[in-house]
Amino acid sequence: MVTCLLWADMDSAGFAQAFLQYALIGLTNGALFALVALGYTMVYGIIELINFAHGDVFMLGSFLALTLIGALAGLGWNWDDPAMLCAGIGMLLVVVPIFCAAVNVSIDRIVYKPLRTAPKLAPLVSAIGVSFLLMNVGLLWGGAADRHFPDLVSRQNLLGEGAAIGFTVKDLMVVGITVPIMIALTLFVRLTRLGKAMRATAQNPVAAQLMGINVDRVIALTFAIGGALAGAAAVIYGLYINTVSYQMGFQNGLYAFTAAVLGGIGNIPGAVLGGLVIGLARAFGSAYVGERWTSALVFVILIAILVFRPAGLLGTRTREKV
Amino acid sequence: MSRFVLPIVLIVVLAGATLAGMLGSADGDPNLVRIVSSLPRTGSAKAQTDTIVNGIKIALEESGYKAGKFTLEYADWDDATAGAGQWTAEAETANAARAVRDPDVMVYIGTYNSGAAKISMPILNKAHLLMISPANTWPGLTKPDKGDPGEPDIYRPTGEVSYLRMVPTDDLQGPLGAAWAKELGVKRVYVLDDNEVYGKGIATLFIEACQDLGIEVLGHESIDSKAQEFKPLMATIRSERPDMIYFGGTTQSKGGQIAKDMIAAGLDCKLMVPDACYEEAFIESAGPENVNDRCYVTFGGLPPEELAVREGPGKAFVDKYQQRYGKMPEGYAIYGYEAGKVAVEAIRLAGLKDRDAIRKSGLSIENFDKGALGVWSFDENGDTTLKTISGNIIRGGHFQFVKLLGE
Repeated sequence: MVTCLLWADMDSAGFAQAFLQYALIGLTNGALFALVALGYTMVYGIIELINFAHGDVFMLGSFLALTLIGALAGLGWNWDDPAMLCAGIGMLLVVVPIFCAAVNVSIDRIVYKPLRTAPKLAPLVSAIGVSFLLMNVGLLWGGAADRHFPDLVSRQNLLGEGAAIGFTVKDLMVVGITVPIMIALTLFVRLTRLGKAMRATAQNPVAAQLMGINVDRVIALTFAIGGALAGAAAVIYGLYINTVSYQMGFQNGLYAFTAAVLGGIGNIPGAVLGGLVIGLARAFGSAYVGERWTSALVFVILIAILVFRPAGLLGTRTREKV
Repeated sequence: MSRFVLPIVLIVVLAGATLAGMLGSADGDPNLVRIVSSLPRTGSAKAQTDTIVNGIKIALEESGYKAGKFTLEYADWDDATAGAGQWTAEAETANAARAVRDPDVMVYIGTYNSGAAKISMPILNKAHLLMISPANTWPGLTKPDKGDPGEPDIYRPTGEVSYLRMVPTDDLQGPLGAAWAKELGVKRVYVLDDNEVYGKGIATLFIEACQDLGIEVLGHESIDSKAQEFKPLMATIRSERPDMIYFGGTTQSKGGQIAKDMIAAGLDCKLMVPDACYEEAFIESAGPENVNDRCYVTFGGLPPEELAVREGPGKAFVDKYQQRYGKMPEGYAIYGYEAGKVAVEAIRLAGLKDRDAIRKSGLSIENFDKGALGVWSFDENGDTTLKTISGNIIRGGHFQFVKLLGE
């Protein structure tokens, strides 16, 4: 039905422009979902745990970014100066991921590690518990209301002011930061010794241990990388969406988790693909189906794909889970 | 040993029964009357409801927590949850049921959200319990033919009126907002709502008035208030080139994000929002630079800033509030105060600790002048006879009164 609507509108010249605009918005949002989805999928790949607290780690990261920006401005940091702005964002992209990695590793250490040999349901329920705990930490930290995240990055249209299609410096920032991170992650997992150790642990933890791989260290590393990705996503999200709240971890976590399942949980390119599909589904759904149906549409697509491809879009193609 | 077991069990059971009996009798103090309020006390409406609760407290303090021979007690209940960040049907149902069960509760002040009122109204009506809302504006709660089919009778299973409200309703606010938009030179408007009772209702009333006034309505969309951003929607709206966007919704249902994403999508047209966005939290969540000088807010009654400069009982209340709490009240504080005053008056007039008597005396209040709103009465539906709607603009990060609408 959607396709019919698409073709019915085809006669206007503006249609192609509008289509491109929605695609750009969808891909940009999708890149953000993908970055969060990677954290879910990597942890699942290694220990088969859906880390529900992941979205809330992301939320805490965004509050840290907000607090840091305020603190730096208080110290006289001039966010309007382009050089200082770039340096500031660069610093946020280092500090916040380190913080989120530390939080994520601590959660694993304190909550999940003692439950490693327990039935699968125990760590899962604990993860939900940690999620609520972190949400309340966020509530204390940032308050109950939506917080405005300073609009630091320019909204100047790169395609020229007044152009029919908007692709702003902000959009470029999202793509320009997320894509290299995703490429670096893929290369890391494919090519390095640690990446190899991760893949081995994902395939068979016992065999990996017998081969001399320190499985606990690999798991901690996975949590650290997942947390760092969530931290980077938190900074970009804040700068792009400009609103943070203690609840955003839940909602974004849900989308990111859906992206991970859509792409085939445990599969890194799958999570990226899933994120982009969800971003596009939301953008086109809003444009051609109706704004209020966008969330429902995302899950209809999820169900439809899982009916025909139970392992997710890329779930069967790659045998390795990470 | 076993022969000791039975006596011990008996003693425990007897002691328990005695204790329960004592607690039970404490509930039945004939001179104690409890007033409760059910408002969203968790989530972003908290700043607004804090000041409503403060208003109620000032009203009760002024009476010395006495109404006739009765000693008053006040309990501040929450109909929101931390998980949801706003009111939930479960919490509101639980509050209403709890009020009905407690024999000392004689007045129920609430709710803040019209959707929540729909849930508790029939529960409280069956118990003949007087309900006074300081903030509901959906017309269907009280006015026949102004809401959905079946309203308002579905909220009155006993057929009696047990619900009173202090604020002018949206069938005034929506159309007056549209008339103001026309005065501001708006010819093309795009309307959004949050798909809730209040938001969708006022958006629909706004659209009807626009059609009568000759303002072109380019489109009407409901948003998903759980969504994080509305960039694709704003891209759609931008291609329609409106002069103004009207958002029927609240701060909690993403009013701030709408204002922000408009700017992000390059839409610098006007934005008009109804009274539920008349709170500092709205400006904070939108970011002042995104709403300054282009966001118009309609509000039922005069805003506190305006009351403070006009002589009268309103000024007295605002001064007292500032003295007591050290800051300006939010827009609805004065209605909390007025609701508290009405509650005390209804109990005093009834002179009985009887829910139905208090309900009747509340409804009979006429030419009430003990509060801060001037002289007014309740009509047969339980609505206030006050019809003041004010138009405000956001300037320099604050609400600024522009004019009284419809005058």
